Amino acid sequence: MIDTSRLARISGESGKEAIQIQRQIVLPWSEAFRISIRNVTLRLGRALITGAGVVLGIAFLTSVVTSKVVQDGLSASQAAQVQSLAAATAGAIGGEETEAEGIAADVEEESGRQARQIWLVIMSLLVCGVGITNSMLMSVTERFQEIGTMKCLGALDTFIVRLFLIEAALVGILGSVLGLLLGHLGMLLIFCIKDGFSVPAKMNWLTMLGYLGIALAIGTIISLVAAVPPAVRAARMAPAVALQTEI
Amino acid sequence: MAKIECPECGEEIETTGIVTVCPNCGADLREVMEAVGHEVQSFRGDLVRDDSVTTHEFIVRTRGLTKIYTMGEVEVPALRGVDLDIRRGEYLSIMGPSGSGKTTLFNMIGGLDKPTSGSCFIEEVDMAQLDAFELAWLRCRKIGYIFQTFNLIPVMTALENVTLPMIFAGMGTDELMDRGQELLALVGLGDRLHHKPFELSGGQQQRVAVARSLANSPAIVLADEPTGNLDLQTGKEIIDLLKELNLESGVTIISATHDLKMIDVSDRIVHIRDGEVERIEERAELELDIGTLGSEHLPGH
Repeated sequence: MIDTSRLARISGESGKEAIQIQRQIVLPWSEAFRISIRNVTLRLGRALITGAGVVLGIAFLTSVVTSKVVQDGLSASQAAQVQSLAAATAGAIGGEETEAEGIAADVEEESGRQARQIWLVIMSLLVCGVGITNSMLMSVTERFQEIGTMKCLGALDTFIVRLFLIEAALVGILGSVLGLLLGHLGMLLIFCIKDGFSVPAKMNWLTMLGYLGIALAIGTIISLVAAVPPAVRAARMAPAVALQTEI
Repeated sequence: MAKIECPECGEEIETTGIVTVCPNCGADLREVMEAVGHEVQSFRGDLVRDDSVTTHEFIVRTRGLTKIYTMGEVEVPALRGVDLDIRRGEYLSIMGPSGSGKTTLFNMIGGLDKPTSGSCFIEEVDMAQLDAFELAWLRCRKIGYIFQTFNLIPVMTALENVTLPMIFAGMGTDELMDRGQELLALVGLGDRLHHKPFELSGGQQQRVAVARSLANSPAIVLADEPTGNLDLQTGKEIIDLLKELNLESGVTIISATHDLKMIDVSDRIVHIRDGEVERIEERAELELDIGTLGSEHLPGH
């Protein structure tokens, strides 16, 4: 793939050595992580703005999911109560039909509400994604000089992309976790106030944890995807162009 | 223009007296070219000297280098055919008013931008033929860069800035820490290892940049207006530091500047105007001029 004899010519070394050197344009993952973490912690303001988009989007998603799980839990325990009640008053007639009708209406109303909620969640995640892309674009643009410098020092395009993606993943994970906590605990608190503090005991925690995991993944992926276009654009710039960019 | 056949891959190549490497397989063509040397010379009379010089006397050569920037519909030529031979181990200053094409030439030599036409050779390798990886390798290992605006990575300490190119070059952690400290001590910042750029003065930042440029023992250090953002005294210190490095380690220093302090230390000065080489002054000639001036005055006494 790489013509080592040409490298050897530049270095004045034998082809074999050149092959060894060729493998030695590297940025180890550990170093990349160190640099990215440093970038996030030292530019906390910028990271917070980017992260805020994730936090809000994921908080909304989680609150919707939490309310669904809680309501499912509540209606399940209600259904159990109704069933035991029905068993206790076995033999009573006439009430069954109207109850069945009521349940059918409930189901219809429920599915309509779910569709609305899914629509809302998708919209909010889209808005969140656009916000993060915008924020990332700014974050990359204000570092054009730095990117140009790194390329002068021998960084490959992939190094630049790698650094920005690690950074985006970190911001995405942190933002998602914060958003999860915010949305989940907030919604739970509201239900507790409304329906009494036995609510957490009535919900299905396994399902809840599954949903939280999905929300975490969605937040991280949105953040990563949003970071790809600006990072790739920055990495492809000729170093001279990147260096001369003034903001 | 003569045509020769590459002994390795059989590719037919038009010789210009410049290309000594097969663009297809990278084989050495100098022997074949010598065989048809007479032809080459008769076809390109102005390039005869290229065949007479030994390959490695010149570390950088440019031929007909042009660069045209397109701004909207207007084409702005920044370089109009620059032919320049830079000797190994010399201290070369590129001088000219702002807008004369200094920085553009600097970018071409450093492989930071592609010329519109013409070629630039580093150690006889045409940079236009290098792929992205080879260019990165060249920037990492063979060329050190110093900028007017220092361009240190703001979130890294002095030591981390200096060791970054070594990380790219795959050096081990212990080794690069040692070398980083050594280099910072060399530029007089042994006690400022863990300071961030914003905690350092302009002169100190530029010293860190000088140390960074030497990280992988490059053959060439390119400095673009290294004293442009510094006061007179610190500027002088940086120039002295560069000259010292030039003398001690034999690294070729190419500096774009309009700082007249540079004249004292330069072996040669290339004057650029409107994207063309106006004239080249040799240090030896300058001294000779001063010498003859002095001797002319002598008989009068």
